[in-house]
Amino acid sequence: MSGAQLTLHSRTDDRIELVAAGAWTAAQANALDAEVAGALRLVKRGSGVTLDVTDVSQLDTYGAWLLERLGRETRSHGGTCIVRGLSERFSGLVAAVHEVPDVVVASARPWSPLSAVARIGQSTEALAQNLANGLNLLGAVGRALVMAVMRPRTFRATSLVHHLDRVAWQAVPIILLITFLIGGIIAQQGFFHFRKFGADLYVVDMVGILVVREIGVLLVAIMVAGRSGSSYTAELGSMKMREEIDAIRTMGLDPVSVLILPRILALVIALPALTFLGVMAALYGGGLVAWLYGDMAPAIYAERLREAVTLTHFRVGMIKAPFMAMVIGIVACAEGLKVQGSAASLGQRTTSSVVKSIFLVIVLDGIFAIYFSAIGM
Amino acid sequence: MATGADEAIIKVRDLVVGFGSHVVLDRLSLDVKAGEILGFVGASGSGKTVLMRTIIGLIPRRSGRIEVQGRDLQTATEEERQTIERRWGILFQQGALFSSLTVRENLQMPMREHLHLPQRLMDDIAHAKLAMVGLTPRDAEKMPAELSGGMTKRVALARALALDPEILFLDEPTSGLDPISAGDFDALIRTLQQTLGFTVFMVTHDLESLRSVCDRIAVLADGDIAAIGTLTDMMASGHPWVRSYFRGRRGKALQLGSASRD
Repeated sequence: MSGAQLTLHSRTDDRIELVAAGAWTAAQANALDAEVAGALRLVKRGSGVTLDVTDVSQLDTYGAWLLERLGRETRSHGGTCIVRGLSERFSGLVAAVHEVPDVVVASARPWSPLSAVARIGQSTEALAQNLANGLNLLGAVGRALVMAVMRPRTFRATSLVHHLDRVAWQAVPIILLITFLIGGIIAQQGFFHFRKFGADLYVVDMVGILVVREIGVLLVAIMVAGRSGSSYTAELGSMKMREEIDAIRTMGLDPVSVLILPRILALVIALPALTFLGVMAALYGGGLVAWLYGDMAPAIYAERLREAVTLTHFRVGMIKAPFMAMVIGIVACAEGLKVQGSAASLGQRTTSSVVKSIFLVIVLDGIFAIYFSAIGM
Repeated sequence: MATGADEAIIKVRDLVVGFGSHVVLDRLSLDVKAGEILGFVGASGSGKTVLMRTIIGLIPRRSGRIEVQGRDLQTATEEERQTIERRWGILFQQGALFSSLTVRENLQMPMREHLHLPQRLMDDIAHAKLAMVGLTPRDAEKMPAELSGGMTKRVALARALALDPEILFLDEPTSGLDPISAGDFDALIRTLQQTLGFTVFMVTHDLESLRSVCDRIAVLADGDIAAIGTLTDMMASGHPWVRSYFRGRRGKALQLGSASRD
């Protein structure tokens, strides 16, 4: 492919003559852009341009636009532009480009100190909006639940079982593995540090109470938020993008009772069950470490555990699970319904679903801690 | 772009494409001439889109040769491949606009990747392309989700034309458009083709597009080209599928239309 040039042929006081030659195509556009800009600098107010394009061998939109720009800018300086020797085969393209309207490029909004304040206001409003959204969905789920109880035949039992399989049964192996490891790690750290004080026995108290009351349920809730909450958001979001949710609505069905109620119920059932399994796995992991690393016979570990962990501790741990499940489910579904048309929005909502639900789970755990200590549990 | 009028820009020879035990294209051969608009028809599921996607390299083939501008993509070096890919533009059936980019950014994406241009020139070219497909500069800052079906097609066409391709592949460009918009879109493709001088490979079901836009029509049936030629040739063809397609009830309306036009 030959190069392209724009050369100055002659220059008088009120007219410059330019000669364009070569392939005025996309590949040469960068060089030509500079040449056109250079030529335009020669154009004085009121002076005209004569452009000879006889030797232009190829022309595409890029080249045609650059020629057009030369003409437009000359005219905007009050001069005239005459094009000579335009080949017949390029005339259609040149005419098409000539019809492109001038664009007034909107400049970016200038930054002002007020915009930062405005942004704080906007995020506060968004926060309130989010809260209202969540409460709204909670209400809708409650209503759907009442409807389902009153008319059990409308309840989607198949869907519930399907989601139970996904969020509960299929989650069992990974939950068992993670909690087993965490139980073992807590016990190992306990022995390592408590041994200095000869307080080996109290490691069992620590592992037992920590796991049963706090760590077990918290860990499982965080895992479920990451594993199932995110998939709820992505599912509902892509259903929203493909207008499936609108389709459900137009069939006279309520998307909340068809899609959201079974999902949230599945979580509410799954999380306590998973928490129980997780706690057992963590205690088992702790016991194994106590036996292999802490030289504590399994019988002593079990006996000590029975004394340290009361039913109250177990209750405190388990009561939190369904509430945490509720929070995860509501956040995940609300975020899913907020997805707009783009792929980026789906990603954003999924991220925000996981971040928000983990944050809220921890906040909820804090509130429960205050509450339980206030009532002496 | 100055290639001989009768030279084949795309040459397909003995192409076999299949999925599992299902052979979709069976020893298919086809020439697309430079500068023509080739309409491609066939029953639903006969493999029109498969052929198009195989030519542009999205579906692997079992055997056969595909030459685009004299080069086979399979044996081409990475560099040659990029040169070829720069020279074609593809309009996907659903538009395939990047949903996280604005219309302007969608148009500038190929320019940004293949050419090193100043931002101002890219903006100007993007606006010029939008104007060519009948959209206003105001549409440039919209997101794809905000566009109607017809506008999506137009933006997708503008993006396919972003690098001034020599070959344009269109997959059902008028599907999902009302007859008036479809007619406008056909006219647009014809005008742009005359102005920019590219070759068009168009998969379509729209009899009206076939009549008003295409120079030649190819019919795909049973994994091979059943007939190829002008609309008049199609009308005269004895192939049963071609006969029922062009001379069925919908085809009749077409005949009447063309008769009243002539």
